[in-house]
Amino acid sequence: MDKQLEKKHPLAVRWMHWINFPLLALMIWSGLLIYWANAVYSLRLGSYEVFHFFPAGFYETLGIPFRLAEGLQLHFFFMWLFTINGIAYIIYTFLSGEWRALLPVPASFRRAPLVALHDAHIVKSKPPQGKYNDAQRIAYTGVILMGAGSVITGLSIYKPTQIGWLTSLLGGYEWARWEHFWLMVLFVLFFGVHVFQVAMAGWANFRSMITGYDVVDAEKPTTPKEETVEV
Amino acid sequence: MSEDKEILIDGVRGLEDKSGTTGRSWPDDPENTATALKEFRYLSEPMSDAEAKRQMSTRSRRGFLVGGMAGLLGIFGWRWMPDETKSALLRRTLEFNERVSQVFYSPKRLAPEFPPSRITAARYNGALGLENEITASDWRLNVAGIGRGSAFTIEQIKAMPRTEMITEFKCIEGWSTIVHWTGVRVSDLVAACGGGSPNDLPRYVAMKTPDEKYYVGWDIEAIMHPQTLLAYEMNGVPLTNEHGAPLRLASPTKYGIKQIKRIGSIEFTNERPRDYWAENGYDWYAGL
Repeated sequence: MDKQLEKKHPLAVRWMHWINFPLLALMIWSGLLIYWANAVYSLRLGSYEVFHFFPAGFYETLGIPFRLAEGLQLHFFFMWLFTINGIAYIIYTFLSGEWRALLPVPASFRRAPLVALHDAHIVKSKPPQGKYNDAQRIAYTGVILMGAGSVITGLSIYKPTQIGWLTSLLGGYEWARWEHFWLMVLFVLFFGVHVFQVAMAGWANFRSMITGYDVVDAEKPTTPKEETVEV
Repeated sequence: MSEDKEILIDGVRGLEDKSGTTGRSWPDDPENTATALKEFRYLSEPMSDAEAKRQMSTRSRRGFLVGGMAGLLGIFGWRWMPDETKSALLRRTLEFNERVSQVFYSPKRLAPEFPPSRITAARYNGALGLENEITASDWRLNVAGIGRGSAFTIEQIKAMPRTEMITEFKCIEGWSTIVHWTGVRVSDLVAACGGGSPNDLPRYVAMKTPDEKYYVGWDIEAIMHPQTLLAYEMNGVPLTNEHGAPLRLASPTKYGIKQIKRIGSIEFTNERPRDYWAENGYDWYAGL
């Protein structure tokens, strides 16, 4: 009697998480087919262009050029699934109480750097942790906000006349497109860090996102009665 | 493992109340976010190491099998879907999106207009339907499907109420420019022809260049929008040939592909008109 199974991820969350993975990939892919037709963004330091999105070789390798119509068709199909899945996740998270494990509190922003330092093996002491630590809470809440941001900026460039108030609120059509693009870049960065952290956390953690369960050591009893029994 | 063996844990006290045994608790730090937000844990009854391994391997097998099957189904379902089915699905989705857009469409929603200082250099993109030379005196705008039907010279068009707007021109490729348009509202042309409100008119409008090499279809709501113009001036000067002289469509309600240059004919019809770019994989509606 020395192990317990801990239910970590509800079935609905696991499905929505894994469905979102190909959906987000398809949104980014079709978005690239669209972006190619007017590829104007770059990373700049003053007037120096550090990186242009994207180099010709990138497009050639992935076979992106001259597929705008296809990109638009795919984007305006998968947008529904991506949005519905995201809304379903938010509703589920609130109704099930899962939000308690996911939302940060103001102090989380103070503690999150400590988590990063701990992960980098600079700080020894383990940060306080529920299912997730404070950095994870910020990241997992942030990525949902990014999803909402992508839907909102996407809508504002999809219907900039009929939803003109929203487009104006985002700084106008061209800014909204810029915001939509950079949210995509943030998603890619999130994906990179997420996969790295999952790889570092190990197999049991990854498996828990598939099965929902993890094995934990059973605690030694602490109630006086049981301590007596144990003695 | 049956689900009812799981115990909801809200800190140590919760566990004691429910089962008389105890589970792991987080450091009793009031600053712990998990504690502050009253996060729950769900733990099974304690069990032997071997039993835990056995239950986990059952769950793993099931989880990875179902997950793997779902993944393969998705990949091969999409791969093996016949091209016709796939393109029909995507085309029908564009049409569904169009119906959704139409539900929310309001002619009262105007695109923002800009001060003259915001006008940007006009951008030229595409000469479809503009290849041959035409002489302005021979040109007519042929109107069919409303009123008596008629043909207008450019002078007759210019004699109609003059409307100006500085709006954002959006290309489906993703770029945009701010343009000062001068022309006649399509709704004013319709009134001049004796047509009525959008509700009384045919559902669609078909427009073609004189050589019929470029053609677009519009829904009646967008063509009657107050910012949909038959423009004869661009940025204060008469339209140049490459921008569609002598008359072109200009509207912030649709992408540039719909704003046909050198328009030769307008036909009001209940049949959904052909559209050059829709036949090349783009959205027929292309409404903004």
